[in-house]
Amino acid sequence: MAILEVEHLNKNFERMEVLKDISFSLEKGQVLSIIGSSGSGKTTLLRCLNFLERPGGGKIRVNGETLFDAEDPSTMQESEIRKKRLHFGLVFQSFNLFPQYTALGNVMLAKELLAKAQPDYKAHKKEIHGEIEKEARSLLTQMGLEDRMGNYPHQLSGGQCQRVAIARALAMKPDILCFDEPTSALDPELTGEVLKVIKGLADQETTMIIVTHEMAFARDVSSQVIFMDDGRILEQGTPEQVFENPTEERTRQFLSRYTQG
Amino acid sequence: MELILEQFPVVIQSLNIGFIQTLKLFFVTLLGAVPLGLIISFGSMSRFRPLSYLTKIIVWIVRGTPLMIQLLIIYYFPGLVLDNPIWGGGESGRFIAASVAFIFNYACYFSEIYRGGIQGVPKGQEEAGLVLGMTRSQIFFKVTLLQMIKRIVPPMSNEIITLVKDTSLARIIALQEIIWAGQAFLKGSQGISGAIWPLFFTAVYYLIFNGILTVLLGQLEKKLDYFR
Repeated sequence: MAILEVEHLNKNFERMEVLKDISFSLEKGQVLSIIGSSGSGKTTLLRCLNFLERPGGGKIRVNGETLFDAEDPSTMQESEIRKKRLHFGLVFQSFNLFPQYTALGNVMLAKELLAKAQPDYKAHKKEIHGEIEKEARSLLTQMGLEDRMGNYPHQLSGGQCQRVAIARALAMKPDILCFDEPTSALDPELTGEVLKVIKGLADQETTMIIVTHEMAFARDVSSQVIFMDDGRILEQGTPEQVFENPTEERTRQFLSRYTQG
Repeated sequence: MELILEQFPVVIQSLNIGFIQTLKLFFVTLLGAVPLGLIISFGSMSRFRPLSYLTKIIVWIVRGTPLMIQLLIIYYFPGLVLDNPIWGGGESGRFIAASVAFIFNYACYFSEIYRGGIQGVPKGQEEAGLVLGMTRSQIFFKVTLLQMIKRIVPPMSNEIITLVKDTSLARIIALQEIIWAGQAFLKGSQGISGAIWPLFFTAVYYLIFNGILTVLLGQLEKKLDYFR
């Protein structure tokens, strides 16, 4: 069964239609890349999945559970949405690390706040805190940041910041990890280290949706590729299909700009 | 010179008493205006239009007119125009009226600083908190607040130092703060008259107190320097 099913998703900003009838599904352990030019709706789609935007129509299902249904207002309660968000993780283009916390603190904060809400927190404070810290340290180590845990974001390079942000998202153990152009704010030299980390996650069969302009990477890492244009899914298939035999003229046009460059 | 030395102990004692009143007005204003300013800033950022318009008009009036006029209106209007002297007579009545005027005036200035501080924290901070499953109040207290405080410390320091000096405006309703105390020796008090130096000397009090505040606020700024 698909871990994620999106059906007929629509989104308008004022009168502008930014998402038009988006449907796709994703299997557990697979990687979906979304490519397309700026303004095609890729980021808005990710933001809808993470409940940062409310779609105007359509359904979102995770593991068979309907998280969002435009026709059912009960799926939009604020307190419920907070829990539903945890099915998804989101790594932002501009990292959005919390500047007043260390790398370790960034990874631990949300997890600790969540633990505090549990009834047995007071009794097992030390163990819970220790467990969260242990996990956070192991995640940062996995990201190659074992000697950067005590550093504040402004003391880290862009690539290191983005790896902290990935660890922070992973700490919440999302079913699906989303990346919104994770390397677009980075120097070309730092892009590689972040892509390597994402590739490593793909090898461990982390379910991911990646919005990216790194075509070679998308081709290499994905099991499925979606090409979006003007709010629509124009082409969808395996990387071979989309990159080598695109059926749409618009896709060819878009891809040629990358292969020529 | 000899005369000044002779007058010095009497004058200093009098100025000290006046300065205590100055300090009282300063701290009462700060204590009242810091939280009231936050309420006003929430009002001006409200999505409920009538409230935000009303708040903005009030802030415009308060910031657009001299504090001295506000002091005079608040102190005299109830008694002279409405025939209802709510402040009562004497020094305590003047102090309450002055406090009300100062708190309201400074709260309006603070509210604009807060607004800048809150709106200056990037939207991405809140969004990052949201996608990590944090509640809005957790995001405010654990993520946004400290960043906001860091942003507002320099402009607040400026306002606080201005406030120290602005307390002298309360002289206009004869509050017995340090300027009033210094001026008394001009007209004649405790056997000293025609002495202008006590009035000039009040400047030393302001200077020293502001010096201390500058150091303290600078330390706070430094303390928040560990992140950017």
